[in-house]
Amino acid sequence: MHNLLKILGNPDNFPIIILLFTVYGFFIYSMKKAKRNDERGVPYEADETDKVQVWPYLVRVEFIAAIAVMVFVLLWSIAFDAPLEEPANPTLTPNPSKAPWYFLGLQEMLVYFDPWIAGVLLPGLIIIGLMAIPYIDINPKGNGYYTFKERKWAITIFAFGFLVLWVLLIFVGTFFRGPGWNFFWPWEEWDPHKVVAITNVDLTELFGIPTYNPNGALNPIASILGGVVVIGYYAILMPLGWLWLKRKMPDFAEKFGLTRYIVTSYLFLTMIALPIKMILRWTLNVKYVWVTPWFNV
Amino acid sequence: MLAQIKKKIKSSDIYKSIFRHGYEDTQRNRALMVVDNVFLHLHPVRVSRHAVNYGYTWGMGGISFLLFIILTITGVILMFYYRPAAEYAYEDMKYLMNDVPFGALIRNMHRWSAHLMVITVMLHMFRVFLTGSYKPPRQFNWVIGVILLLLTFLLSFTGYLLPWDQLAIWAVTVGTNMARATPFLGHQGPFGPELGMRPDNDIRFLLLGGTQVGPPALLRFYVLHCIFLPLVTAIFLAVHFWRVRKDGGISGPAPKKI
Ligand code: HEM
Repeated sequence: MHNLLKILGNPDNFPIIILLFTVYGFFIYSMKKAKRNDERGVPYEADETDKVQVWPYLVRVEFIAAIAVMVFVLLWSIAFDAPLEEPANPTLTPNPSKAPWYFLGLQEMLVYFDPWIAGVLLPGLIIIGLMAIPYIDINPKGNGYYTFKERKWAITIFAFGFLVLWVLLIFVGTFFRGPGWNFFWPWEEWDPHKVVAITNVDLTELFGIPTYNPNGALNPIASILGGVVVIGYYAILMPLGWLWLKRKMPDFAEKFGLTRYIVTSYLFLTMIALPIKMILRWTLNVKYVWVTPWFNV
Repeated sequence: MLAQIKKKIKSSDIYKSIFRHGYEDTQRNRALMVVDNVFLHLHPVRVSRHAVNYGYTWGMGGISFLLFIILTITGVILMFYYRPAAEYAYEDMKYLMNDVPFGALIRNMHRWSAHLMVITVMLHMFRVFLTGSYKPPRQFNWVIGVILLLLTFLLSFTGYLLPWDQLAIWAVTVGTNMARATPFLGHQGPFGPELGMRPDNDIRFLLLGGTQVGPPALLRFYVLHCIFLPLVTAIFLAVHFWRVRKDGGISGPAPKKI
């Protein structure tokens, strides 16, 4: 309990609480609006497409919002001091050392992937993937009003990525990670000497194929098998999805086009690879799927 | 008496050269209020009624911009008291927190507004997604938005180092350690060593100006945080707002056909 209060009482964690409430609150709110619009058939926004004068109708809203925000920031700044810890000391590593809160999702991914994936490849793909959204989502419906029915897939996938893989992992990183980045319940005392037996194995080892030969050299068979699994994940699922799309929705597949499909399915499968790896770790203690002399996946 | 003074002021050449019109409640005057004002003319003269509705935009874009302005103002004040050198930085922070009049308040406002801006920008993005506002013709403005999101993170991250306390250097160490693992360009990344990457010549070294988060990193982050990133952000913001206008204002359902 003491520890929970300490986490909650850390003024630098207050933003995370705001984040959780606003993100999930706004999501529920907008889904309610979407439901109302969907049931009605014509979105409520469409009743209000007539024009009003910016002065005063918009300017007054902005003015009030600006005052509210400034009052809020001012009160917050009077109530809580920004932390200032001991002077920087490169020889004294705090445990745990946490990244700034908005990067905790990325830090959490480090548990499941090596830094080149969790820290470089995936963040890069997040940015590229976000930029690609308008060019991938060719559904013309749902532009300029809240709806769920008309954009089921788009909203489900984005909400999963944002609400679960981004925001929830930030929450986990703040409240459930302690010294050594070990798992702690929020009310549990952080024990810096907690020892977690590392029993992780590589995927091929689950099938009795050792990753390393007795002399310490990499076992080429394990390496090749791992590669088959990783490459096969894309090489099989991507064409399968395309065939399925052509069979079930030929018109859509035609309009969507192969290039767009390849980009979309690559981004989607990569996003889903994160929860897959997490589940593999939790259930089977899988460390790496694919070990090579240069990189591990 | 007062009324007379007021009238005198209002009809003086100086006053008239600054304020061109009063608050008369006419369509024409309301339009002029917006177009004649350099700050307000970012807006169109009229917008559709649902766009003013708070429940539609959540006001998050506007609030992000407001926070950016608050951050610029408080940031400039902080710069008066802060020197980006390892031997002074922490002392200057202490001085700000304890001795400068309102120093703690300014620093707190800067810190908390920065956190808040990261949140409001993420919420803004979420709202834009949920209303489908990235769809034609607004695709490219979404791309600019993603760049702004990235810039917001980078601004926040570079600022994190400046207090030069334990929290700062270790959070930044965790963050920049990732760069070591960059494929091809980091000394621990795939194919990095094969390409001759060492701790003292890889991409992380470029970022930090050293092999660990030390005084050169502080100076680099300071310059990025106070000059380069705000400038770039301001430019992208200008483009972002311009595009909102050029793409036909806030998104909305197509007007009903009669
Ligand atoms: C520094 C950060 C940002 C600022 C200050 C900002 C500001 C604004 C403002 C003031 C508007 C007008 C409508 C509103 O208030 O919602 C707007 C619209 C828009 N923003 Fe941003 N924005 C930022 C980041 C982003 C991001 C991260 C995205 C998306 C990834 C984005 C995409 C858009 C789009 C597509 C519109 C048009 C929305 C519509 O017409 O309904 N912006 N932005």
